[in-house]
Amino acid sequence: MTESFNWALIYPEILLLIMACFISLADLSIDSLKSPTRTLTYVLSLMTLGAVAVIAAFNAQSTEVVFGFNNMVVFDPLGNWLKCFASIAMMATFVYGRPYCADRGMLRGGEYFILSLFAMLGMFVMISSNNFLLIYLGLELTTLASYALVALRRDNGIATEAAIKYFVLGAMASGFLLYGMSMLYGATGSLDITNVFKAIMTGQIKHQVLVLGVVFVVCGLAFKLGAVPFHMWVPDVYQGAPTSVTLLIAGAPKLAAFAIAIRLLVDGLMPLALEWQQMLMVLSICSLLVGNFAAIMQTNLKRMLAYSTISHMGFMLIGIFSGVVESNTAGAANAYSSSMFYITTYVLTTLATFGVIMLLSREGFESEEIADLAGLNERSPLYAGVMTICLFSLAGVPPLVGFYAKLSVLQSLIASGLPGGIGIAIFAVAMSLIGAFYYLRVIKVMYFDAPITASAVTATLDVRLVLSLNAGVVLILGLLPQGLMSLCSDAILHSLGN
Amino acid sequence: MGLLSLCIWAPICFGVLLLVLGRDAHANSVRWMALVGSLFSLGASLAVLNRFVLGTADMQLVENISWIERFNVFYHLGVDGISVAFVVLTAFITVIVVIAGWEVITERVNQYMGAFLVLSGVMTGVFCALDGMLFYVFFEATLIPMYLIIGVWGGPNKIYAAFKFFLYTLLGSLLMLIALIYLYSSSGGSFDLQEWYKLPLSGFVQTMLFFAFFAAFAVKVPMWPVHTWLPDVHVEAPTGGSAVLAAIMLKLGAYGFLRFSLPILPDASHQWAWLMIALSITAVVYVGLVAIVQQDMKKLVAYSSVAHMGFVTLGFFIFNDLGMSGGIVQMVAHGFVSAAMFLCIGVLYDRVHSRQISSYGGVANTAPKFVAFAVLFAMANSGLPGTAGFVGEWMVILATVKFNFVLGLLAATALILGAAYSLWMVKRVYFGPIANDDVRSLKDINSREFLVLALLAISVLVMGIDPKPLTDVMGPSVANLLEQVSHSKVPNL
Repeated sequence: MTESFNWALIYPEILLLIMACFISLADLSIDSLKSPTRTLTYVLSLMTLGAVAVIAAFNAQSTEVVFGFNNMVVFDPLGNWLKCFASIAMMATFVYGRPYCADRGMLRGGEYFILSLFAMLGMFVMISSNNFLLIYLGLELTTLASYALVALRRDNGIATEAAIKYFVLGAMASGFLLYGMSMLYGATGSLDITNVFKAIMTGQIKHQVLVLGVVFVVCGLAFKLGAVPFHMWVPDVYQGAPTSVTLLIAGAPKLAAFAIAIRLLVDGLMPLALEWQQMLMVLSICSLLVGNFAAIMQTNLKRMLAYSTISHMGFMLIGIFSGVVESNTAGAANAYSSSMFYITTYVLTTLATFGVIMLLSREGFESEEIADLAGLNERSPLYAGVMTICLFSLAGVPPLVGFYAKLSVLQSLIASGLPGGIGIAIFAVAMSLIGAFYYLRVIKVMYFDAPITASAVTATLDVRLVLSLNAGVVLILGLLPQGLMSLCSDAILHSLGN
Repeated sequence: MGLLSLCIWAPICFGVLLLVLGRDAHANSVRWMALVGSLFSLGASLAVLNRFVLGTADMQLVENISWIERFNVFYHLGVDGISVAFVVLTAFITVIVVIAGWEVITERVNQYMGAFLVLSGVMTGVFCALDGMLFYVFFEATLIPMYLIIGVWGGPNKIYAAFKFFLYTLLGSLLMLIALIYLYSSSGGSFDLQEWYKLPLSGFVQTMLFFAFFAAFAVKVPMWPVHTWLPDVHVEAPTGGSAVLAAIMLKLGAYGFLRFSLPILPDASHQWAWLMIALSITAVVYVGLVAIVQQDMKKLVAYSSVAHMGFVTLGFFIFNDLGMSGGIVQMVAHGFVSAAMFLCIGVLYDRVHSRQISSYGGVANTAPKFVAFAVLFAMANSGLPGTAGFVGEWMVILATVKFNFVLGLLAATALILGAAYSLWMVKRVYFGPIANDDVRSLKDINSREFLVLALLAISVLVMGIDPKPLTDVMGPSVANLLEQVSHSKVPNL
């Protein structure tokens, strides 16, 4: 079903745009001295995101796939759920990040919130676009806002360095992606993902050009996801950026990156699955290997989590490449939904992890070394508990949600019957054993070591509430994962059904 | 909610409640609360025993509801003659551990008690699960509380021990996970154990799966040569942790052999029985010898645990009724005896703060009541007739002699070795002249410790004198299991 101008499809984007502009104006009225934490901007941003999340969740109830604006935009349950999750992730980021930003003079203006809202808008565009150029525009909107956010503490040398690195490498990745897209455009004569798919299916297009295009597209995606060997920026940016911005990069954008991976590779380039599957397989194996081994050596918690992210992306990619085997799509929905489940639960867990890190960072003190968590259990059993739940979940220990995420991608890998599938599964499992080691080390520091400071951990009510809720969801999803799992598989089924 | 769910979730709920609400400021109410929780679950487990119908091998008190539809995972619980004893044992040992930690643990009492209660519920879950994935989730979930128990309340080298425990056992179970997923795929998408029992599997596949399960269960049992984590962990774990570890956690591995390896992979089990028997005999003889030379009491008991568990696996893999029943009886007996041994060492350690045998001597002169118990348990550990330790060993030895005389002879040396390491330790620690001032000022056990040890002593004696109720409970299930193992599952081509 196609309609040219169906505004209803992009209500969330419109609302987000209008509110981002409005909030940036409203923010001007705030006197930084009277309201150092910019409560007005904060509340308005949260309300906007909340409203957007509700609209997206409501939209996701409709199971049909609608294309609009001359096929530029696609409206399907997959996109709507991802938008909903991304908005919620951004809300949590704001809640955790505000006290941290306020302590570091990052709230002298309202840029933190406003740029984030624009980044969010970019993610929405990425998620719902059905056109190469629109994907690129969304991506640029997100990353440009992120570059600025990383450099928000302009008097901080490390943050500035991180911003430059992020900018240079990010720009290169965008270049890759754009180059790949232009090749595909040259070969197929269309930027429209549906048309590209149809054109390739005709079988009359020169294979070499297509494959070259796919290589560049996959490289660009791998950059954005942070898969090895395109991961160099991840540890530096995670470590260098203010933690509130690290979470901004580590959280919601991963969902958007997953969306464009599905849009580009599955919706558009499915006929070339054999090619990109092999590439993703290599990326995945390298990510698991490098991510886990490098994480062991880190003493900096943020850097360790960066490497752990890389390894998690490796896991997530397993689901994407085990979807189609020899053009048999029977297991595709299963595999992609396991990836979606993986990335969603990963974001959920990461939010709380960084939430605790920010909570422990006080004015003039960055709690980013693993040793800074020493004896957290004695200072605050609640936050130590939250962190423990998250880390065990990231390690994939049942009965926490991370286990089911790993289980579902491994199951789809084995069920796909890919040649060497069981070998990769055993490798992934061995890597997650190594992963368990570095997560355990953090837990060890929190529980077994003596605290370096006896000061109690204080948090505002909203942070405490959201953090407890966040950990609670990780725990409850661990006991009852069925709801989210079927949500993901329904979303994928309805969105890719045709 | 069914009775088995109650057995699993009641202690977990109590434990979580303690974790959330408990503070050291009101430690005493925390302790009472923990005791109430553990007694409540003991009551529930006794109710299970009461409702248990003898004379059938069917699963009883079955609960079966859909849990994760996507993978066809069911929350499927049930007990048969093999597992019901362990449900009760788990609840009983938890009560003992709660009482034993009463005055000893003074810091973060709520976390200590909470962790043990949660652990108790999760372990009960392992014994009740009839769904492969549910089993795995419970099996793995035991690691989290145990890791924290060892790491927070353990001895000087606790961190090394906690890591070794976690990673060693995780490695084994991850291989099992692959095996479970494989079985899930080849059974057409089912995690139901009873489906898997009927699933035909080729010889090669069975062998691969057998070793995947072996990795998980043999590490947990632990069988020689993957037992090395156990002495390290036992030495560093707090008394309660050691008791639970030896009494119940080791049984999870042996139980896994009974629930998974034997009935799902009968051909591979027969094919590799020689290996299992060889490893078991090595554990019995070699590790028994190793136990003799230990200087550290906890290490000694840890090695003796490995030797005793060798009997269990030996009994399983000679495939006869007596051997398998003997193995299971030995599991239960070892649950009581090893817990008691560790608690005795705990009593000494709380007073003198040393686990070295050389720090003691002549304890009988200053703490006669305690020594009476300690000697009884040491006797039970060495397999004295009339105690629980004797029954299982005797059954397994008889069965082994029937199977192969030389093996039987080797297995029987365990009685001598057991007597050697247990009694030599008794001699050096409890008897003789008073060795030093620490021993001279030793106080005898108080009424709380008396209660704990008396409960265990009664259990050890009752089980030693009249093991028939236990063998009656398990009889039909063991016969049924042997029946399953005797049928080949290799598809005819």
